[in-house]
Amino acid sequence: MLTADLAGPPKDAAIATIALSKRYGHFQAVDSLDLNVARGRIFGLLGPNGAGKSTTIKILTTLLDASSGSAWVAGFDVAEAPVEVRRRIGYVPQLLSADGALTALENLKLSARLQGLRGAVRAARVSEALAFSGLEAAAGKLVRTYSGGMIRRLEIAQATLHYPEVLFLDEPTLGLDPVARRTVWERLLQLRQTKGMTILITTHDMEEADVLCDELALLHQGRLAVTGKPDELKAQVGAHATLDDVFAHFSGAALDHGGNYHDVRESRGTIHRLG
Amino acid sequence: MFAWLYESAAVADAEVRKLMRDPTELFSRAVQPVLWLAVFGQVFSQVRGIPTGKLDYLDFMAPGILAQSILFSAIFYGIAIIWERDLGIIHKLLVTPASRGALVLGKAMAAGLRGLVQAVVVYLVAVALQVDIRWEPLPMLTMAAGVFLGSCIFSTFSLIIACIVKTRERFMGIGQLLTMPLFFASNALYPLELMPGWLRVIAAFNPLTYLVDVLRSAMIVGGESAYSMPTSFGIMLLVFAGLLGLAARLYPGLAR
Repeated sequence: MLTADLAGPPKDAAIATIALSKRYGHFQAVDSLDLNVARGRIFGLLGPNGAGKSTTIKILTTLLDASSGSAWVAGFDVAEAPVEVRRRIGYVPQLLSADGALTALENLKLSARLQGLRGAVRAARVSEALAFSGLEAAAGKLVRTYSGGMIRRLEIAQATLHYPEVLFLDEPTLGLDPVARRTVWERLLQLRQTKGMTILITTHDMEEADVLCDELALLHQGRLAVTGKPDELKAQVGAHATLDDVFAHFSGAALDHGGNYHDVRESRGTIHRLG
Repeated sequence: MFAWLYESAAVADAEVRKLMRDPTELFSRAVQPVLWLAVFGQVFSQVRGIPTGKLDYLDFMAPGILAQSILFSAIFYGIAIIWERDLGIIHKLLVTPASRGALVLGKAMAAGLRGLVQAVVVYLVAVALQVDIRWEPLPMLTMAAGVFLGSCIFSTFSLIIACIVKTRERFMGIGQLLTMPLFFASNALYPLELMPGWLRVIAAFNPLTYLVDVLRSAMIVGGESAYSMPTSFGIMLLVFAGLLGLAARLYPGLAR
C-alpha cells in the first residue's frame, strides 16, 4: 500500500492528489503530481499542449485510471469510490459535449435524468439551468443551430444541474470570441459565489487565468513546475512580469513543443465546431 | 433496479428523438429489402431451385430479409457511438453516476425501437409483393419481440466492435467484413437442412439463425420454425445478456 493511501486527503481540500502518475508505455503523461485545491476556489491548471492537463482532469473525473499515486475529489478516492465522486462533480470537456441533434431542453433533461433528478426537482432545475444559461428563448431549438458561446453556456448548465461540489472545465473558452468568453467567466464566478462550487479549469489563456483563478498550477512535461496565487507567481519572475512571462519562464523550451498530432487535432476540432 | 431502468429509458428517449428527426436513414435502409424481395426473391420463386416445402420461395425468404435488414442496420450502430466519442458526448455521459450497463441498455433499446420501424417498412414491401403475411395478434407480437431483441443483440455487438476499434475507418472495414458471413451462415435464404454439416454448426452459433427461425413461423402463413420459441428466445436473451455485460465493461474505455 502506498503512503498516500494511509495518509488520506487533507480535510479542507476539494481536490487532492499525492504522487499521481499516468504512464502510456514509455511516455510519462503525468509524473508524481501533488495538488491541493481548497474548497470554494477557482483553480487553474496551466501548461503547454501535452503537459498532462487533460490527462489529470480525466483521472480526477474518473474517466481514466492512474498508473500510481492517489487522488481524492470531494473527499472520496477516485479509484475506490468513483460513483460517489461522480455524484459530486460536473465536467465540461474540451470537446463538444452537448448533443447537436437534440434541443437545449432535451440535452438538459437527459443530463438531469442521468444525475438521478426526478419529478418536480428535475423540472425546477432544468428551468433554472435555462435561465442561468440565458437560453430560455432558444430552449426548443436544435443545439446544432447555436453559436459557440451558447453551446458552452448550455454545457456548463448541463454540468451543474445537480449542484456539484466540484466543477471541472477543460479549456472552457477555447475558440470563443471575446464577448462569449467574458460571459462564460461571469457564469463561472456566479456559480462559485452562489453555490460555493470549487472550480478547476485548464487553460492556455493567460488573461483567463489572471481574471478568473485564485490559484494556479503550471504543469511542464507531466510534472508540477510551480504553484501559487497569480500575483505571487508574477512577483517570482520579476517586478513587472505578466502571467505570459510566468508561463514562458516555467515551461521554457516546451513552448516550441506545441503538443503532438492528437493534441493539435483535438484543439483545432473544438475551435472549428464552436467557431 | 428502478434507477437502472430510469437511466436506460432516458438514453433511449434521447436516441429515439434523434431518429425521429432524421428518418432518411430508415428510407435508405428500405432500399435493400425491396431489391432482395422484388428482384432476387421473385426470380428465385420462378427457378424453384431451393426446396422450401409447401411455401413459395418469396414467402420463405421474406422473414430472412426482415432479419437481414435488422442485422445490416444494427451492425453499423457503432459508427454513431464513435461519432459521439469524437464529439465528447460519451465523456459527458460517463461522468454521471448512471450505471454503465444502463447507458448501454438505453442505446440497445433505441436500436430495438428502430428495428420495429424497419419491420413496418419490410411488411409494406412484403404486402406489395403479395407475401402471405400472418396478421393475428399473437404472431405479430412474437415478431415484434423477435425484431426488438434481434436489434438489441446486433447493435450491442456493434457497440462492442466500436469500443475495440475506436475509429470510423476501421469500424467500416470490420462492419462490412462481418455482415455477409453472418447473413450467409444463417437460414435467411435457405433452410438449415440444405446446409453442409460444417455450415450448419456455424449457423447454430449465429444469433441471426434464431431470429430468422422465430420470424419464419410468426410472419408467414404456413411458415415453420426449426426450434421451439422458448429455445430461440432463450438463446437470444442469453446472447444479449452476455453482450450487454461485455459492452458495459468496454464502453468506459471509449473516453480514455
